[in-house]
Amino acid sequence: MTGLGFFLLQQAPSRLITLNFGDLLIIIIYFASVLAIGFYLKRHTRTGEDFFLAGREMTAWVAGLSFLAANLGSLELMGWAAAAYQYGILATHWYWIGAIPAMLFLAVVMMPFYYISKTHSVPGYLKLRFGEPSRALSAVSFAFMTVLMSGINMYSMALVMKVVLGWDINFSIWASSLTVAVYVALGGLLSAIFNEVLQFVLIWLGALLIPIIGLIEAGGWSGMVERISKNFPGQDYTHLWRTMAHFTDNPMGIHWTGIVLGLGWVISFGYWTTDFLVVQRVLAAKDLRSAKLAPIIGAAFKMMVPFIVILPGLLGLAVLPVKLTGEDVAVATGGHSYNEVLPLMLARYLGPGLLGLGITALIAGFMSGMAGNVSAFATVWTYDIYRALIRKEASDAHYVKMGRWCTILGVLVSIGTAYLVMQFKSIMDYVQALFSFFIAPLFGTVLIGMLWRRASPAGGFWGLLAGTVSSIAMWAWVKVDHSALAIIALSPHAKDMAENMYRALWSWTICVVVTVAVSLMTRPKPVEELTGLVYGVTEIPTERHLPLYQRPIFWAGVVGLAFLILQAIFW
Amino acid sequence: MGRHFISIWFFIGLLLLVYGAIIAGLGLYGLVSPPGRAIVLARLHAGIWWGALLIVLGAIYAWNFRPGK
Repeated sequence: MTGLGFFLLQQAPSRLITLNFGDLLIIIIYFASVLAIGFYLKRHTRTGEDFFLAGREMTAWVAGLSFLAANLGSLELMGWAAAAYQYGILATHWYWIGAIPAMLFLAVVMMPFYYISKTHSVPGYLKLRFGEPSRALSAVSFAFMTVLMSGINMYSMALVMKVVLGWDINFSIWASSLTVAVYVALGGLLSAIFNEVLQFVLIWLGALLIPIIGLIEAGGWSGMVERISKNFPGQDYTHLWRTMAHFTDNPMGIHWTGIVLGLGWVISFGYWTTDFLVVQRVLAAKDLRSAKLAPIIGAAFKMMVPFIVILPGLLGLAVLPVKLTGEDVAVATGGHSYNEVLPLMLARYLGPGLLGLGITALIAGFMSGMAGNVSAFATVWTYDIYRALIRKEASDAHYVKMGRWCTILGVLVSIGTAYLVMQFKSIMDYVQALFSFFIAPLFGTVLIGMLWRRASPAGGFWGLLAGTVSSIAMWAWVKVDHSALAIIALSPHAKDMAENMYRALWSWTICVVVTVAVSLMTRPKPVEELTGLVYGVTEIPTERHLPLYQRPIFWAGVVGLAFLILQAIFW
Repeated sequence: MGRHFISIWFFIGLLLLVYGAIIAGLGLYGLVSPPGRAIVLARLHAGIWWGALLIVLGAIYAWNFRPGK
């Protein structure tokens, strides 16, 4: 949804929603609560382990809900509701095949190595497995990506608040970001995680009424489908896979191979298993079983998120009296765009107080994503850049202090990025591409590192570098010569989203091929140095003594089965 | 948890109690003085029962995870 902010700035219409005193009171209480939690937890945050890994004391539930809440970035609710209005139920792929298999894979296969190695971060794992050059490359690219994403999200949020509520952009940017800076700087990851759980609950309770009342109005699911067919004859908005046989049969311009291999494999596995923003939450779990259960709990809730995100978009197709349009048309005609579907639904159903709770849900989504970025940035900067490259020997207290300052610095740089984006709005078009530059190859490197003991330090570094450089090169090639799209994305009709997926797939493949080739030509690490890092030379604690219902693998199976059933139901 | 934190679920319970009271109160007030802005399906009085639900959930969590339990 990178176009959302750009559109909002261009259009700047009058506000969509007016809040009364009760609504504002709910929002003010929310801000006071998250700050109070930060101040309360400061006294419990003394060591580096406390600040950067929440003392590794989180239960599976807290770590799992935080794992999911950190993913609820600034435009999660509004952006995907808009995508559902535009593309129909196809948007659900980003919640199901684009998340669930990867989350279960993280839990069952990868989590033991992350957890047993006692690493502080994903770049930290690369240091243990492949050495310092690989860590430096991934740490610098992650820090760069995180701050840029955080700034762009902040800017987009401020624009949303301007359009929806009429709030001043500068006020929104500074009020929300400084609140996050204060509570994360005070309590570190502990405070971020606690607040993310709170935000997760508020997001659900604030957004859940829209689909409930919407389904009552539409006459249930079948009534909604009937109304959509009547409002938009000849178009299929309610089936997941039927329109995926050809690029031109669906509004996304994508083939099922792009969804399965690009989204379901590389993008999804890359994000959910190697993006430190989310993995950090699971590393904070109190033991290995909790660390494995946390992503499974997250996956169970992730599977339900379409109920509060996608369904409101579909209900918008069924019940809204006006037809929403693309951004350009909305600007030209003064109408409403896809991106406004959720605020319109909020205003349609929610009275005083409930509206404040709904807006609080939006703000909570923005802030949980921002806190995720900032706390992950603080850890990677302090442990993987500052301690590794700048000051190797210092006290634990010094690194905690550095973490607090760099939390504030990270927020300030993000604010700077937000204002930069305001001046150069085309940056927003490149955000999705940025993600595929770094995450897809990183997934290749981490996966091979965990599963193949022969992978050498040189292979890991050169594979990661080749994957990243080739991804940037492919992106630049299409920019310079648009006909290259037919080669990179397998179709000249491919849209940006499809191009990103195929580029991610190629860069992952290049990373894997180079890693394997270089590894076979260079010397691997001795086996004794791979203990706790690689499959086959790591003793993973057995869970056979536990009753079936306490084993992570059992619940992974349950969630996996539910995922398959949902695919069949909405096929 | 190893240390003596007040559980996050207690904070959540408290917040839901306060939110429930505000939302249910505004819903009840709306019965005697309907809000100026019309909403679809206003006859469901969603504010009253949603606020009541929040109060019940909040009370359960605040009680079960109260400090010192």
